Amino acid sequence: MIHHYFPHTADDIREMLGRCGMSDLGELYADVPADVRLRGDYNLPKGRSEKEIRDFFNELGRHNRILTCFAGAGFYHHYTPAVIPYILSRSEFLTAYTPYQPEISQGTLQYIFEYQSMMSRLTGMEVSNASMYDGATATAEAMMMAVSASRKRDRVLIGATVNPAVRRVVATYARYHGIRLDEIAEADGVIRRDDMEAKLADGDVAAVIVATPNFYGIAEDYSGWADACHRYKALLIMNCVPADLALLKSPGEWGADIACGDAQSLGMPLRYGGPYLGFLCASKALIRKMPGRIVGATTDADGHRTFVLTLQAREQHIRRDKATSNICSNQGLMALHTVVYLSLLGDDGLREAAMQGLNGAHYLASQLEATGLMRMSFPAQPFVNEFAMDTDFDVADLEAACLEQGILCGVKIAPRRILIAVTEMQTREEMDRLVKTVKKMKS
Amino acid sequence: MSKTYYSRTHEYVTVDGNTGYIGISEYAQKALGNVVYVDMPEEGDDVTAGEEFGAVESVKAASDLIAPVSGAVVESNGLLIDNPRLINQDAMANWIIKVELSDPEELSALMDEEAYNAFCATEDAH
Amino acid sequence: MNKEYYGKLIYELSRHGRRGASLPDNATPDALAAIPSALLRMNAPGLPEVDEPAVVRHYTNMSANNFGVDTGFYPLGSCTMKYNPKINEEIAGYSSFADLHPLQPASTVQGALEAYWTLQKALSEIGGMSEFTLNPFAGAHGELTGLMVIRAYHESRGDSKRVKVIVPDSAHGTNPASAAVAGLKVVEVKSFPDGTVDIEALRPLLDDTVAAMMMTNPNTAGMFEHGVKEIAEMVHEAGALMYYDGANLNPMLGIARPGDMGFDVMHINLHKTFSTPHGGGGPGSGPVGVRKGLECFLPEPRVCRRDDGTFAISDDSGESLGSISATLGNFGVQLRALAYIMSLGADGLKMAGPLATLNANYVKESLRDLYLLPLEGVCKHEFVFDGLRDKSTGVTTLDVAKRLLDFGFHAPTIYFPLLFHESLMIEPTETESRETLDAFIDVMREIAKEAVENPEVVKSAPHSTPVSRPDDTAAALNPVVTYDDLKSSES
Repeated sequence: MIHHYFPHTADDIREMLGRCGMSDLGELYADVPADVRLRGDYNLPKGRSEKEIRDFFNELGRHNRILTCFAGAGFYHHYTPAVIPYILSRSEFLTAYTPYQPEISQGTLQYIFEYQSMMSRLTGMEVSNASMYDGATATAEAMMMAVSASRKRDRVLIGATVNPAVRRVVATYARYHGIRLDEIAEADGVIRRDDMEAKLADGDVAAVIVATPNFYGIAEDYSGWADACHRYKALLIMNCVPADLALLKSPGEWGADIACGDAQSLGMPLRYGGPYLGFLCASKALIRKMPGRIVGATTDADGHRTFVLTLQAREQHIRRDKATSNICSNQGLMALHTVVYLSLLGDDGLREAAMQGLNGAHYLASQLEATGLMRMSFPAQPFVNEFAMDTDFDVADLEAACLEQGILCGVKIAPRRILIAVTEMQTREEMDRLVKTVKKMKS
Repeated sequence: MSKTYYSRTHEYVTVDGNTGYIGISEYAQKALGNVVYVDMPEEGDDVTAGEEFGAVESVKAASDLIAPVSGAVVESNGLLIDNPRLINQDAMANWIIKVELSDPEELSALMDEEAYNAFCATEDAH
Repeated sequence: MNKEYYGKLIYELSRHGRRGASLPDNATPDALAAIPSALLRMNAPGLPEVDEPAVVRHYTNMSANNFGVDTGFYPLGSCTMKYNPKINEEIAGYSSFADLHPLQPASTVQGALEAYWTLQKALSEIGGMSEFTLNPFAGAHGELTGLMVIRAYHESRGDSKRVKVIVPDSAHGTNPASAAVAGLKVVEVKSFPDGTVDIEALRPLLDDTVAAMMMTNPNTAGMFEHGVKEIAEMVHEAGALMYYDGANLNPMLGIARPGDMGFDVMHINLHKTFSTPHGGGGPGSGPVGVRKGLECFLPEPRVCRRDDGTFAISDDSGESLGSISATLGNFGVQLRALAYIMSLGADGLKMAGPLATLNANYVKESLRDLYLLPLEGVCKHEFVFDGLRDKSTGVTTLDVAKRLLDFGFHAPTIYFPLLFHESLMIEPTETESRETLDAFIDVMREIAKEAVENPEVVKSAPHSTPVSRPDDTAAALNPVVTYDDLKSSES
């Protein structure tokens, strides 16, 4: 036996080669020139037993620390109900290919249809695609979609309060795709409408990208923004944190044309960066400009309700270099995560989770302010479950002190400014422990 | 008196005075199959001869529309938005856009019906 | 399964007042008043309200309408549907990896960084490259990243007129699409009838406006590009770089490395060659490797090993193309691939390619009397039939594919590559046994017989699947893409 993943016995190999008129496996590669061949073996260790692999990863795991997590900055530690990993581990979902054969893929197709239904309602938009890689790339795709829909415009404005990690990715795509990206200036933690209007008036703007809540956790007031964009024939793209949409006005309610972001906040394990899921929802008028897969309902030959991949003429396997995007996958299994999570929580549960974050964040912020060593960076602005504070001490010192307590105190965004997030996962005792550690900091 | 001209990319333009009605040929319609969507420019847009101005989609294929002549779009055929299959029923009657020709000289580079039919016959031979 | 009773959408199970999850309570005072009411949502989103048992039964029943590698054989060309080892799933689920925040200080995630670094090094060895980034989320994302690396390289030399990418007409659709997203113009080069690049047709295309040539080797017809070295020399002579689309890397395991073939930049699909599950379309992972001298252009963030053996994250290389992801990529997928590489090791990896190639040739030789084989010769991991040999029956490739579903097999890739009218592209991976292949061969022969004796049964297939052939035209004419659309279309 060569390896327990390979079924071939020595007899199998001999007899199968025989049918091909060969006697040696090497003959299968007779056409590979000698000068490109690998000489010898890969410089890698020999194969290991399952137990050795488990031991190896357990040992690696011991070099990681699981911390009480007050860090957010786009990635939030929410509770994952036990049902989710159970359903996601079902082989029929886990080991399936893209649902190109609808007759034997109704499971995948139906959950994507349910995903599109739920994400459309949550964002207040009319349609959703089947999902993208992550929130940053979904925002970049939204930008390219808007530029393509505008036909001739090549400028896009992005708010300075959009998560910098998202802005970095958007900037990379813009640079290589030939889009002129301009920033909307920020004042007191929110972006300035007058700056947007001035830049819109300069012309050629295909889209404006803003965030709700923004990078600082602030719920910005976008009243009238959609109208301003539309006056200049620009689309409004709203990057949002979906968990917060249980409370906050949805992109649809603000009049946005495209809603996008990362669905990680819907109970996806943090998993050191992925897999997560990027979502992209839009108004129906834009459906044929959307990137990625879309599932639609139809009927089969017997008249039964059936789901299929639809509007494929947009995609790379048909349009090649004229496609709306080069994406040829979605985050399949993470879309299943999203529907199971939203089904389990429902309106009521999603609101409860968001309220826990809101309440906890306001409690923690007030306690930290009371230490006299930290102040809200933007005291006039309303925030949801994340907030920025300025410190009298170096944030790096607080980080070190908290790590000793097993606490990840937040994300340092300047030497003396920190971003702190609260969800339903941190107890009041843990918040108090963080406050106590702050009290010991000297300015 | 109108006259119809064809391009090598299977668009036609039927010219009446200085107005051109642009669509796809019977040959193109048949090759594409059931049309499910027509992407077209808006009134007021300009199209340029030899450049793409939209697309016609079937379930498993998409074909870019290449303008046979240049001009300003004075009307796009709204009936095709709700019923793109009209193109399958009668491609010649169901034009996609109506343009004001900016350079009627461009017509001389196109084929008349006879030349186009001969061109399609050679396409089929491939 | 009773479809009338269980075949509902989750929304159709919703009853007001039900809920399927409990949450902890952090016992802090209500702060809703802190948000001005103008910023609050007016109506609840309208998610389904379902109890936990109903959710579990709903999705469990839905899974029964799906086909997966664990339920049956996928002869799906260009997709490398190999077995997904279970130990990999177990490891990816360990809390010591799953509960790490992506912005934790490096000192608290040394194990995670070591896993990233170790996989990066292993892929470099397998690809014959100097360094890899694991950040790209999928193969197409890898292509885009790789092309950005190439543009960054040319720009760093002040060479700004290289705006074209040469792509064979037999290429995967993602190649031209990725080039377009990266702001490059696509130029197609013709293939010979066997799908290999026509070197004489390539020669006149090469000038100082070409940034790169993209190739898949073996190509999409499963044939090895034996002229690859010569092509690489020509492309390099013209000042352009060679890009390797790693979709078909599997048969080359243990045989030849892209770096040794003359490629400068490449991507690998971890969900193909390195056994991570496809998950119904994702998540995937598309690491990108570069030869020596191009490392500085790789995207940020990057993982490096310090002299003292500890690992760090860097995001300060001035020449980097920028960021293509907010994090270090699909870490959970990377862990699975590393576990797979460790399980096979150097000795197992070098057998994966030959056994995959053996399986493909075995199936090809067992069916070529009934199916039209347009390309003679030894194939690699996959091959293409141009439909049935007997064209008089009217049975198409689509019909054969649909009929296979009735026998418990997934369909092959159909109507790709575009080189043939009736392409039926078959890739049996190394994890399929001879018995499975024999059963597949028997069924394919049976279908060929049915096509002659009873063509209607093939043309109207499938007959035993949860649904029959859907009406794709209706779906595209009037898109119904949400439950709300469905309700208004059914009312």
